[in-house]
Amino acid sequence: MTGLGAHLPLGAVVIHQHGGTCQADNGTFCFGWAADNFHRYTTPLLNHLFIVVLAVVIGFVIAFSMALISHGRGWLIPAFTGTTGVLYTIPSLAFIFLLLPITGLGWTTAIIVLSVYTLQIIYRNTVAGLANVPVDSKDAGRGMGMTDRQLLWRVELPLALPEIIAGLRIATVSTVAIASLMVFANVNTLGSPLYQQITFKTNILIAGGLMIIMAFVFDSLLLLAQRLLAPWRRQSRRMAT
Amino acid sequence: MTQTILHLGVLSAFGDAFNFIFHQQVARTGKVMVGGPDQSLHLIGQHLKVTFLALAAALAVAVPAGVILGHLHKGETFAIAIGNAGRAVPELALIAFVAAFIGVGLINVTFAFAVLGIPPILINTFVGMSQVDRNAVEAARGMGMNDLQIIFRVELPLAVPTIMAGVRTGAVNIIATVALASLAGVSTLGDYILGRNVYGDAGVIAGAILIALLTVTLELVLAGIQWALTPRGLKLARAGAAT
Repeated sequence: MTGLGAHLPLGAVVIHQHGGTCQADNGTFCFGWAADNFHRYTTPLLNHLFIVVLAVVIGFVIAFSMALISHGRGWLIPAFTGTTGVLYTIPSLAFIFLLLPITGLGWTTAIIVLSVYTLQIIYRNTVAGLANVPVDSKDAGRGMGMTDRQLLWRVELPLALPEIIAGLRIATVSTVAIASLMVFANVNTLGSPLYQQITFKTNILIAGGLMIIMAFVFDSLLLLAQRLLAPWRRQSRRMAT
Repeated sequence: MTQTILHLGVLSAFGDAFNFIFHQQVARTGKVMVGGPDQSLHLIGQHLKVTFLALAAALAVAVPAGVILGHLHKGETFAIAIGNAGRAVPELALIAFVAAFIGVGLINVTFAFAVLGIPPILINTFVGMSQVDRNAVEAARGMGMNDLQIIFRVELPLAVPTIMAGVRTGAVNIIATVALASLAGVSTLGDYILGRNVYGDAGVIAGAILIALLTVTLELVLAGIQWALTPRGLKLARAGAAT
């Protein structure tokens, strides 16, 4: 049995900036170090932002298409829910390395893993949103002579919008969190500084703080989008997972 | 032609990984023997130990809190806020935070992973308890039951399916992430997947396979428990509703 500390970076923190005592003592938050070293976080932050947006967009396109395909073909819904559910259960960390022989490590793997995780939530919420459109509204649309396609794009989808965006919010916020694990796929996200100096408190507060702020900003932006796009906003259903 | 070679490469990589699980081999770093059934079983055991300790801690906090708040129909905003915040917790930052600010070792790591399990269990317990039909509660009260009896004989049995759904989510969150405990001085299957320089690609993929299998197994076992714990009346009601 090999000893653990031997090959894992615990205690491997090398703090050699300017020799202030705060870093040497690993104080709670070293403002001086933070000010001098903040540029280190720029690339991870931008990569993190980029990979989250890309993964959610790809996940949305796939899940939304699946929802449209299964709309009106109810027998497909359990199959799609089951498939996305099984994919969602595979641990992200394991998923990265299961892809190792297929796509190697890098951006492709990271984006596959992250987009696959968004499918379940976006798909389920879109299907629920479409299913909850009041029959009266659909009848009114039909009565006005709308075709199925017009009904979908002008009545059903607009009314389902609050639930679709609710799904996007959950998916985006969780993707911000999971993207930190992509350091293990060799992608330089905010997980990289965390992993490289895992016991340096200032570093952890900066990298962790940036992720929490990012999640909050994405969440607020999507909420704002929902308010603007669906001002009539129905009473949204509380979703128990 | 290249297609075939690619497929063979993928297959042999997974073959090497299974070989790593079942047969000891020399480490990439030389000298020591790694892998094989002994180390694999040891790490699976460690992985499960940390998972169940963290899950037990999460249950001990989240279920009583959810039961009390749900029974009283109080603290809805609080429970939902915790549930939503739970999704935003970056696992890596959490384990790093605990390692740096609280410490490494089994107890601290257990605490870190319990934090991942609490939100889904808390919110589902709350929702399950507070959604119990008011008429059922009133009927129980009319029969002379006190609050404790109502909780244990009426509300909890009816809330079990919802609570168990939360326990499943929480347990899967935990077992999927426990590999990171290896970064904080506690051996788990994370040793394999985070120790590429020692265990090689075969070890890394072996770790990923074992973690995925454990997670899916736990999910299935908990689904079975959920089904077994669901009161017969609820199952009948659902079967009736479905047909």
